[in-house]
Amino acid sequence: MTSFPLLSAVLLAPICAAVILCFVSPKAAQSVRVIAASAMTVALALTLYAFFSYDMTAGGMQFTESIPWIKDLGVHYALGVDGISLPMLLLTDLIGLAAVYSSWNITNRPKEFYILLMILIAGVTGTFIATDLFIFLLCYEVVVIPIYIMVIIWGSTKRVSKEYAGMKLTIYLLMGSAFMLVGVVALYLTVGDVVGFRTFDMQALAVAGQNGLLSEEFQIFAFLLLLLGFGSLLSMFPFHSWSPDGYAGAPTAVSMIHAGVLKKIGGYGLIRLGLLVLPLGARFWAPVIAALAIINVMYAAYIALAQKDLKYVIGYSSVSHMGYVLLGFACLNVVSVSGAVANMVAHGVMSALFFSMIGFVYEKTHLRSVTELRGLAHQMPRVATGFMLAGMASLGLPGLIGFIPEFTIFVGSFSVYPVFAILAISGIIFTALYTLRVLAKVLFGPRDSKFDRYKDARGVEMMPLVILGIALVGFGIFPQLLMGMVGSGTEQLMPLLDRIAEVPGFIGGIR
Amino acid sequence: MNFEAISTEIFILVLGLFAIVMDLVLPKNESRKSIGGVLVFALTGWVLYMFSMYVPETAVADGSATTRYFMDMMYIVDNYSLFFKQLFMVATVFTLLFSMDYMQTVLRYKGEFYALLMTALLGMCVLASANDFLTAFIGLELMTISFYILVGARISSVNSSEAAVKYLVVGSVSTAIMLYGISLVYGSTGTVQFYEMFHNQHLFSAAGLAGATMIMIGFFFKLSVIPFHMWAPDVYQGAPTPITAMLAMGSKAAGIAVFMRVIYVAFPLIGFYWLPILAVLSAVCMIGGNIMAIRQNDVKRMLAYSSIAQAGYMMVGMVSADYPGMKAVMFYGMLYVFANVGAFTALTVVEQQRGGSDYKSLAGLAKSAPVLAAVMTISLLSMAGIPPTAGFAGKLYLFTAVVNQGYLWLAFVGFIMSMISVYYYLQVAKAMYLAEGDGKELHISGAVRAAAVLSVIATILFGVWPEKLAELTNLAAYTFLQ
Repeated sequence: MTSFPLLSAVLLAPICAAVILCFVSPKAAQSVRVIAASAMTVALALTLYAFFSYDMTAGGMQFTESIPWIKDLGVHYALGVDGISLPMLLLTDLIGLAAVYSSWNITNRPKEFYILLMILIAGVTGTFIATDLFIFLLCYEVVVIPIYIMVIIWGSTKRVSKEYAGMKLTIYLLMGSAFMLVGVVALYLTVGDVVGFRTFDMQALAVAGQNGLLSEEFQIFAFLLLLLGFGSLLSMFPFHSWSPDGYAGAPTAVSMIHAGVLKKIGGYGLIRLGLLVLPLGARFWAPVIAALAIINVMYAAYIALAQKDLKYVIGYSSVSHMGYVLLGFACLNVVSVSGAVANMVAHGVMSALFFSMIGFVYEKTHLRSVTELRGLAHQMPRVATGFMLAGMASLGLPGLIGFIPEFTIFVGSFSVYPVFAILAISGIIFTALYTLRVLAKVLFGPRDSKFDRYKDARGVEMMPLVILGIALVGFGIFPQLLMGMVGSGTEQLMPLLDRIAEVPGFIGGIR
Repeated sequence: MNFEAISTEIFILVLGLFAIVMDLVLPKNESRKSIGGVLVFALTGWVLYMFSMYVPETAVADGSATTRYFMDMMYIVDNYSLFFKQLFMVATVFTLLFSMDYMQTVLRYKGEFYALLMTALLGMCVLASANDFLTAFIGLELMTISFYILVGARISSVNSSEAAVKYLVVGSVSTAIMLYGISLVYGSTGTVQFYEMFHNQHLFSAAGLAGATMIMIGFFFKLSVIPFHMWAPDVYQGAPTPITAMLAMGSKAAGIAVFMRVIYVAFPLIGFYWLPILAVLSAVCMIGGNIMAIRQNDVKRMLAYSSIAQAGYMMVGMVSADYPGMKAVMFYGMLYVFANVGAFTALTVVEQQRGGSDYKSLAGLAKSAPVLAAVMTISLLSMAGIPPTAGFAGKLYLFTAVVNQGYLWLAFVGFIMSMISVYYYLQVAKAMYLAEGDGKELHISGAVRAAAVLSVIATILFGVWPEKLAELTNLAAYTFLQ
């Protein structure tokens, strides 16, 4: 008797929901919502079970499944999670469930909306749990098209039209993935020639890359292609401009999932493919990534200061936060990489909460402008709590989810790039500035009677706040829950990172 | 004479004659859809039966199965030709399914449509099996002349007649070029047979090389390869929509089937020098087709340019000139059939009931016919190569084959252009999902629904699990190169 295919169940829950939803009457809006919510609850419950039953001392890939899939390409339907992917999977399902609840009040074609949302969540889930590169790619690109359709139908037109926003998002991500695909094809063939058989198994690719079977020139070249793909997904400067426009145009649920988890596929891919398979390439490009990361942190935060639209503020803030992730990755030591992974989770939760609250306010008042909204804490105390939680986590208040990961990144990066680390730390001042400015204006100040007729969040509307708030505070008070898990994943990188640290530096030679 | 070898062709010919006879027998004002129904069932049965004709790989390897020929090696029946014949027949079956309603309302002469479709199919099958230039030429002409008539089948429509004349003129010119090439090749080598040409030294005389080049150019016309593509958009736009579909999937695949045989069997040495040129031409097709498609207002015209780009993708597989490349071309050809069926099914219904095929006519299709809108979107995404559709697996096969031969730049061009193509494919999705139409429900018959749903199931199935199709194409390609 084989064990229960836990990860397949997590992946299939949203897919099954999407299929079932195809057969539900478009008028039965409540059934549609309940089916979507149930599927995500099942997925979240299974993920939580996996999270707490994962054996951290053993580490490595667990809950693995592998079925031969396409023989002549060497593809296996292979799933598995380790300390790096499991937190991302948990994040996906947390935000997925919250996104379902955030979209509860959608009245325009709810059936199609939830079908697309389920496909989107399934795609993201698949990316994180796939241990086969083909399955990874399959899921990676699945997500782009539902997003486009969701943006153009349910999005909102403010500074840029939603059609423009949707197309910009799509083109940026697809162009990035075109480069990545070339890199993957080259990698697949090169490893196939070296090993003697064609395989998409990430473990086999990683073994080939780490044992020096791939030449240094090839690794540098392939890593650049992957960096273009994953970097544009992670909104790395100068490929970041889709992010604020895209989030501003997208409906709440898409903004939440996109900023919360989809972006993190970029960072996850950089670690899983970039670092593990092409360590010398990562080593070569690390200084460049670090420099771009600092531009991300400083430049995006600086722009965020000047934004008037709440979604743009959070959009640029997410670009800025991704800078910390990139910096943590670029420092290439266990501490900083752990910080990067943990920071992806932390930022995912807080940005999803932010977008959820903005979406709620916008749904009621149809306003998103910092200049027009004021004193909302009087009318909407619960929403204000959500804003405050997310905002404080964003500027790294101890006791919330954001503090420990950022701190870890700074600790890890200081020994490698002291100047960059100091710059990044000073970036927190900007973060505090724009966050506090926005929160102070929108939430506090005198009561504005024009908002009196709007009710606070209640009932189901509270669910995103509850789900994400628990994660925000829970991982903040018990950081070991998150850091222990991430640590058990990154610990395995230790020998690899030590080894590439010994290789003499190429670009800049900052070591 | 081994008539068993040409049983497929005999069967199709009988079906064509049957269509003519039925047309005469049926009363004048009775619907001709029944003919289509018979053809669909007969062809489907034959496609399934054809699986038993494949020669297994082991039998080819140990020499226990000899290749079947007809008429002194003029006609070859191998796994490769069987696969392409199945492809043409699948394309025809689907076209019949979604075109019966359309033809019943649009055409003046309805019965002839079925007969001509069968002769076109017969021409394609002859092309796939042709083993010398004369047979190839006969197959090509049989197919093309049938299409000249079919393209102009809407007698009342000016566009249709214009398209037919244009197709006739350009087609005749390309035929003349090719025929002149064949005569030069024959004059210098003394043979028209592919296998014998392989060893012939005289092919490398000036006349022989000029002839070979002319033959290639003739094929480029048929495949609408840039710069020989200018007929395609007008013909695609003017032809009745189901015929456009057949042109895109059947005619093109038939051209590719015989083209591959010509390069690999008849001119392998010249072909070797041609490969870099083919690589450039395929890149030009991918870039030009995709970029010109962006500017179109008419979806049929857009699909014409996109089919030019698709020809470019398939040529990528030919450039690699080995069996993974060949297998990739066949795989891609098959999934391109399913993608086209999905797109043209929706387009046929829209053109029949809303009277146009531009982006405006598609407005609000997601509300008035949600199934068709979803099928159209998925099919177009398959052409663009977005997972989980079959297009992704197909492009992966194509580009792994060609990168393995050292053409990394071609993979760059291919992947980037396929991402650009998403832009104009999504314009269609935008029109269907975002724009408000008249909100009237479209009438969708059972046959149309079956064609749409089956094609999209195939598209997704071969996308997430291409194993079976890959095995079949593997077998066909492997035994071809033995």
